[in-house]
Amino acid sequence: MSDQGMFGAKGSGDTSGYGRLVRTAASTGSSERPYGGYFDEVADDLERAYPDFADAIERVVVDRGELTLHVKRERLVEVSKILRDKLLFEMCLGVNGVHYPSDANRELHAVYPLLSMTHNRRIRLEVSVPDSDPHIPSLVEVWAGNNWNERETFDMFGIIFDGHPGLTRILMPDDWRGHPQRKDYPLGGIPVEYKGATVPPPNERRSYR
Amino acid sequence: MTTYTDPYASSRETTEGTVFSVTGGDWDSLVTEIGATKEERVVVNMGPQHPSTHGVLRLVLELEGETVTELRCGIGYLHTGIEKNAEYRSWTQGVTFVTRMDYLAPLFNETAYCLGVEKLLGITNDVPERASVIRVMMMEFNRISSHMVALGTGALELGALSPMIFCFREREKVLDVFELIAGLRMNMAYVRPGGVAQDLPAGALPKLRETVKELRRDFKDNDKLLIGNTIWMKRTEGIGFLDLAGCTTLGITGPVLRSTGMPWDLRKLQPYCGYEDYNFDVVTANTSDVYGRFLIRMNELEQSLRIIEQCIDKLEKLEGAPVMVADKKIAWPSQLALGGDGMGNSLDHIREIMGTSMESLIHHFKLVTEGFRVPAGQVYSAVESPRGEMGVHLISDGGTKPYRVHFREPSFNNLQATAAMCEGSLIADIIGAVASIDPVMGGVDR
Repeated sequence: MSDQGMFGAKGSGDTSGYGRLVRTAASTGSSERPYGGYFDEVADDLERAYPDFADAIERVVVDRGELTLHVKRERLVEVSKILRDKLLFEMCLGVNGVHYPSDANRELHAVYPLLSMTHNRRIRLEVSVPDSDPHIPSLVEVWAGNNWNERETFDMFGIIFDGHPGLTRILMPDDWRGHPQRKDYPLGGIPVEYKGATVPPPNERRSYR
Repeated sequence: MTTYTDPYASSRETTEGTVFSVTGGDWDSLVTEIGATKEERVVVNMGPQHPSTHGVLRLVLELEGETVTELRCGIGYLHTGIEKNAEYRSWTQGVTFVTRMDYLAPLFNETAYCLGVEKLLGITNDVPERASVIRVMMMEFNRISSHMVALGTGALELGALSPMIFCFREREKVLDVFELIAGLRMNMAYVRPGGVAQDLPAGALPKLRETVKELRRDFKDNDKLLIGNTIWMKRTEGIGFLDLAGCTTLGITGPVLRSTGMPWDLRKLQPYCGYEDYNFDVVTANTSDVYGRFLIRMNELEQSLRIIEQCIDKLEKLEGAPVMVADKKIAWPSQLALGGDGMGNSLDHIREIMGTSMESLIHHFKLVTEGFRVPAGQVYSAVESPRGEMGVHLISDGGTKPYRVHFREPSFNNLQATAAMCEGSLIADIIGAVASIDPVMGGVDR
């Protein structure tokens, strides 16, 4: 993103002082027990069904009434199978990539929202991998519906899902270069002239952070 | 030396075999030419420009005679980068983008997104009741207009023309409702984080009651045309079969899942916007086929009308109540007004900020250009859209813009079932199966 914004403003371009009230990212530590609601039960059940729980689950985060299990990528398939078969999370609602360039050695995250129709529960799995080694085992053998979602995440972030039956681009053309949803991929756009004034493309406009 | 191939020639030889191109011309000569080949196996490219594939969907079919042995979908022709674009706009502006994804169900996109933003802000319980009731009412009207397109085009694709005319007649009435309330017929960006953009115009409720009455009367025309119709039954019964196990492993939701007999409806099971306060039934079928899905959509229309009537009753009691959260750091200060060309700032507000109050002007300017800050974190929120679970995964880094917006689009996931539904069936039955999934390519490709 360019430093120089619309009307020649640099940095935040904010002159009111208002914009300095940026809150930094929430702490990334684990949540403490009790997690509340059915989350304790899910964690207990998983611990019972999966003896390697402590090794496989890096962190358990409860935030805004949602449970996130941060899973080591080597254990992802095992944990998923247990969650599906023993804890009855029958449905995986896809996978979403997130790119955190400042999170060293954990730049790329894959987030899997899971749904248990039997218990009417939702949890979320999160896997993080370094940009230099963007490999995550595929979950297509566990939930076949993840096929297209993993292709989309590969297409948009360049995360390679090992064991996927046909990991090709899905939304972008086959010969496209780069992975558009990554933070280092520019939005692009051209300046637009409107009534004599030139409006810069959105990623070059004055930005408030 | 390069080999020159004439793109308009009827056929050319490739390493994969003979490729026939259909670019207009005499159909009979093409059929004769294909008939001359020894092979029974033909690979046919259906779409992306095909009247029966529900938009720019490309199906690659491998055929043995008329039987489909393999089917693959090609998507991405309508990819517009909405998720990427939203990262460069304020949280409120995001509504304008997401409403354009699944263009037949804009209010569901908006509501799913706004519920997510509200959850991130921690103001879910502060959204005024009147705003939630209006959201529910608009969503149910939207469900009707969306199902009308699904049923109308589905019937049209299977060769029944009259239902389409009736369906679009009814849809028109619903779009008139949207125009009355939001000023726009589609992509209205009406639901905003914290509430809705503006209150109902004066005298809207009697008009809505009238519309509900008309819709209930006119839905009968379609019932008479299709339910129990022999030709329709033959084209839809037992077609596009997908059972419960198939649905769960493929992540299928919505009418396709309910056609297996599973009463899975987020409005009942994980209520949002106060759906727990309404009386309605979850419609299911137990045939797991195209006919079952068709019946579900037909019967959901009546359930939507029931909910709308309860909304109108509630709105009469909540006359004059706020439709936006009270927090002035989130709610836009301007009361929007419906002008001749859609929604705009009310003249009273402009008079105030330009003429009397400098502080109001600054506040307005900061909130509109910069937007509000959303505490860092991630949430997932889902609503039951006409096509299934419309989920949104929102991540904030504490700034005025989303860090990442991802939509779990029901059309995208449901479309994966095409191969499971169609392989082994006749080529003509693909049309019915795809129509029963009701994918909207704007939503699939985003």
